[in-house]
Amino acid sequence: MAAPLTLLLILAVTIRAALYRSSLADLIAERVEVVSPLTAWKRVVEGLALLDLGVSPYAGDVFHETPLIIYLFHFLVDYAEITFMVTDVITAVALYLAVKDYNKQVFRKQKYALEAERYPLDCLELIRSPKEMYYIPLKVAMFYLLNPFTILSCVAKSTCGLNNAVIALFILTTIKGNVLLSAIFLSLATYQSIYPLTLCAPALLYLTQRQYIPVNFRRFSFWWFVAQYAFMYLGSLFVMICLSFFLLGSWDYLPSVYGFILSVPDLTPNIGLFWYFFAEMFEHFRLFFLCVFQINIFFYTIPLSIKLKEHPVFLIFMQLAVISIFKSYPTVGDIALYLAFLPVWSHLHRFLRNIFLVSCVLLACSALFPVLWHLWIYAGSANSNFYYAITLLFNVAQVGRTVTETKVHLAASVSGFVYRSCCLTVT
Amino acid sequence: MGLLSDPNRRRALISLLTRLNAPICVVCYMAGVVWFMGLAFEPFTLRTYMSENAMGSTMVEERFPSGERALATGREFAAHKKKVGGMPVDWLVKTMQARGLEVFTQTFSRTLPFPDENKERYMVKGTNVYGILRAPRAPRTEALVLSAPCTQGDHNNQAVGLLLGLAQYFRNQIYWAKDIIFLINEHDLIGMQAWLEGYHHTNTTGMDWSPLQGRGGSIQAALSLELSSDVITSMDLVLEGLNGQLPNLDLANLFYAFCQKIGVLCTIQGKLQRNDWDSVSGYSHSVQTMMLMVMKQASGRPWGDHGLFLRYHIEAATIKGINSFRQYKTDTNTIGRLLEGMYRKLNNLLERLHQSYFFYLMPSLSHFVSIGYYMPAFGLLAVILLLRALDLWVQLASPPPGTEDGVVDTEQMWSPDVLSVLTPLVISHLTGVALYYLPIHFQKMALEHFPVSDTEAVVLTAIAVYTAGLALPHNTHRFVSGEGTEHGWRVLKLVAVLYLAVLLGCTALINFSLGFILALTLVPVAAFVTPHVPKVPSAFVLVILSPACTLLFSVFFFQELQEVPISFQDGWVLYLSVISQGILDHSLYGSLVYPLIALLVYPCWLLFWNILFWE
Repeated sequence: MAAPLTLLLILAVTIRAALYRSSLADLIAERVEVVSPLTAWKRVVEGLALLDLGVSPYAGDVFHETPLIIYLFHFLVDYAEITFMVTDVITAVALYLAVKDYNKQVFRKQKYALEAERYPLDCLELIRSPKEMYYIPLKVAMFYLLNPFTILSCVAKSTCGLNNAVIALFILTTIKGNVLLSAIFLSLATYQSIYPLTLCAPALLYLTQRQYIPVNFRRFSFWWFVAQYAFMYLGSLFVMICLSFFLLGSWDYLPSVYGFILSVPDLTPNIGLFWYFFAEMFEHFRLFFLCVFQINIFFYTIPLSIKLKEHPVFLIFMQLAVISIFKSYPTVGDIALYLAFLPVWSHLHRFLRNIFLVSCVLLACSALFPVLWHLWIYAGSANSNFYYAITLLFNVAQVGRTVTETKVHLAASVSGFVYRSCCLTVT
Repeated sequence: MGLLSDPNRRRALISLLTRLNAPICVVCYMAGVVWFMGLAFEPFTLRTYMSENAMGSTMVEERFPSGERALATGREFAAHKKKVGGMPVDWLVKTMQARGLEVFTQTFSRTLPFPDENKERYMVKGTNVYGILRAPRAPRTEALVLSAPCTQGDHNNQAVGLLLGLAQYFRNQIYWAKDIIFLINEHDLIGMQAWLEGYHHTNTTGMDWSPLQGRGGSIQAALSLELSSDVITSMDLVLEGLNGQLPNLDLANLFYAFCQKIGVLCTIQGKLQRNDWDSVSGYSHSVQTMMLMVMKQASGRPWGDHGLFLRYHIEAATIKGINSFRQYKTDTNTIGRLLEGMYRKLNNLLERLHQSYFFYLMPSLSHFVSIGYYMPAFGLLAVILLLRALDLWVQLASPPPGTEDGVVDTEQMWSPDVLSVLTPLVISHLTGVALYYLPIHFQKMALEHFPVSDTEAVVLTAIAVYTAGLALPHNTHRFVSGEGTEHGWRVLKLVAVLYLAVLLGCTALINFSLGFILALTLVPVAAFVTPHVPKVPSAFVLVILSPACTLLFSVFFFQELQEVPISFQDGWVLYLSVISQGILDHSLYGSLVYPLIALLVYPCWLLFWNILFWE
């Protein structure tokens, strides 16, 4: 299994290296779909220059990455391309290992259930054969590494790749059941972009299940575990924040990074939903809608955790999708991360409704983004409405896809009679 | 989504769509063509109207008096041009300075990738001369441009004379709120390109030019003037710019309004407007006018010196004086008044022209078809592709009869399928890349081995690569996966059909005419081709409808529309020169049509070619 993975990695790195050398790299690095004000490499370079001059990198309102990133690139700036390629490789390998482990567990569970004859006969086709599952981790790695979105984001040197790597490592350590490392990577992800905070819920659900602690609010053991995890999580977050403070010697970065993410002052068009809405809005409604939009992202955690508490890994997938759709500065790199998980649930794809329609819409939108951007910005013949319409369609397609995926997953996981009826309605 | 979420209705809808797929496709195609032809019918079009407030209601009085003097200046210019044997730079500088302008020159040079046989140039060196009339009434933040090309021979002398006359007259007026730049560019578009790049400090095509010494404000609008006789019968408006971009419709409205006011005959595409729209000949006249616009726009090349301004967000048009055998003649005074009026109205602009349409077609100068009216015609063609894709998807999703378990089957077929789809995709794109790079890079080698001229070498290499592509990619999947399967070609066709749909959709958004013409020829191919249709006749149809043949037909059709039909021999020569012009336009001005055809449309067509020979 290592050989195909190695081949895949070599292929992926070759593609990226070739693109770095081509004239396309500059073009891609300018695309608003690929880089956001948070993740643009140009801004990191600006921050580095300011740092070298002895000025706070956050002076001048250009740089919005976290201090740890800028100190990382302080040492690695000459090897930036290699760093980004290695990051992608790390993400892919982490996802590969995580999915491999997860599949083993699923298979074990399925075997016990089969032995106990808990499955009705007519859902046997949903049971997954080991042969089929053998290729899934590789497919996941392939979906991540060869996804054009990931390639674009890597070639643009968007720091989104680093965030993805941290989240992938978090998923890996969680699935391996390492509580401490899981908390550390989660806090690192939160430190990077706040939103991964919502991944707390699936991580807790998964780790409690793994340690056979029942999710019961009246049990002491459950609360004790939550407290342990929260302590590790908050502790490492505290360490990182203080470390950043000592590195920079000021708290400048808090408003510049987190304030920037939460209050969305930069309305450069991107593939998200914020920019057009806030550009059009009257100023006195801004705060209210800002709160609504931001709470929107965090809010889904509660219903989803209740509904999907038996399936924490699927919950992680859902949360990643929700974050990448609704976050304030989304890029295609974020989407690539959750798209990589699709093969894990490949056995359900037959039941997805309108999958053809939704995929076509996603495909067409991805092609239309640059075209409408050209018409708006360069030709001057279209306007922002054209571009936003495509953004909206793109996100509606994503939401549609996510919703059907959840429905089907829920339907497939409920056994017996209920399952059968669901299956009928779904198909 | 109500219809799509109810499973019964959804199933009924899908079965209806798959059962009636072929008839629906045929109906859609017919409807698309009929809709498009209907666009030229006057009751279905909108009358043009001035949307820009600043240009609409303000009164302007035109009193340009010195037409005769302008003609005399023109004759003087012609004499100096003859004496110098090119652009009389010193004389122009002196004359402009005498008229009170700030005068600057810009030199440029450019070596073409291969000699341009139409205009007989290879190594181009030239000078642009421009004078700026500073606005007395406002901060100098905005500017207007009036340009006239300095062409070889006896052309356009009157245009330069009139430009200088207008400069002198404008200098004495006090109402200018925008700088007015009077530009005389050498080597038409190449000089214009150098000047615009210099003005905006960009260099997109690797041309050598000296930096500009003086600048006005940001340019709001530009007109390019072409005038080759002392009296004219009508004025022609040219709108089509680079990549089929059009200026804001208000610029055309402005021209039309002043022609009406001053009483100058005005034409578009060289066609006068007719009032008998309800007669057959009147309708065919407007169809002709609109088709000329469609063909010109689809070619993606700038049809006048204004064409490059559009790239910089500057609304621009070319105005041509035409002298035909009509009785009614207009003198230079009137043309001067026309231009004066237009510049005074443009001078009143408070913001860039943006109120009116940017996407339109004009069946006559007083009527236009907006994007909302013409897009359905394209949409009806594009929907055929989606219907075919849906049909294929349903065929793929339903398990083939005979096997009990569809899941295992698809799972087994997964990996060879991907390979058998990926190989033709990669190979046809590589052919496309070859078509894009080889003609220019193999020029030297072709010259050594064959007795042809430079230009012929490029064009013939392009045609050779194109033809070789037909032989190359088909049956490649056999080497990878043995026999081609039913499943395999369906997947490939699904990919190809969706690819074509996205490609045509994007093209139609940027350049409707090009997208529509490509859709007209490629959609039938995409719809009918399968490995099971009779090979020889289908192959013939496929070749006939391929992009290169489309271009050949377009050349003849265009000549027919212009009412100068040509023999097949001349047509072929013209076809070769059109190809070379396309390649030149790409490397000189960055026109996108050639790379689009070579890198995307041709490979897409090759995929369908591949499906036909799938075994």
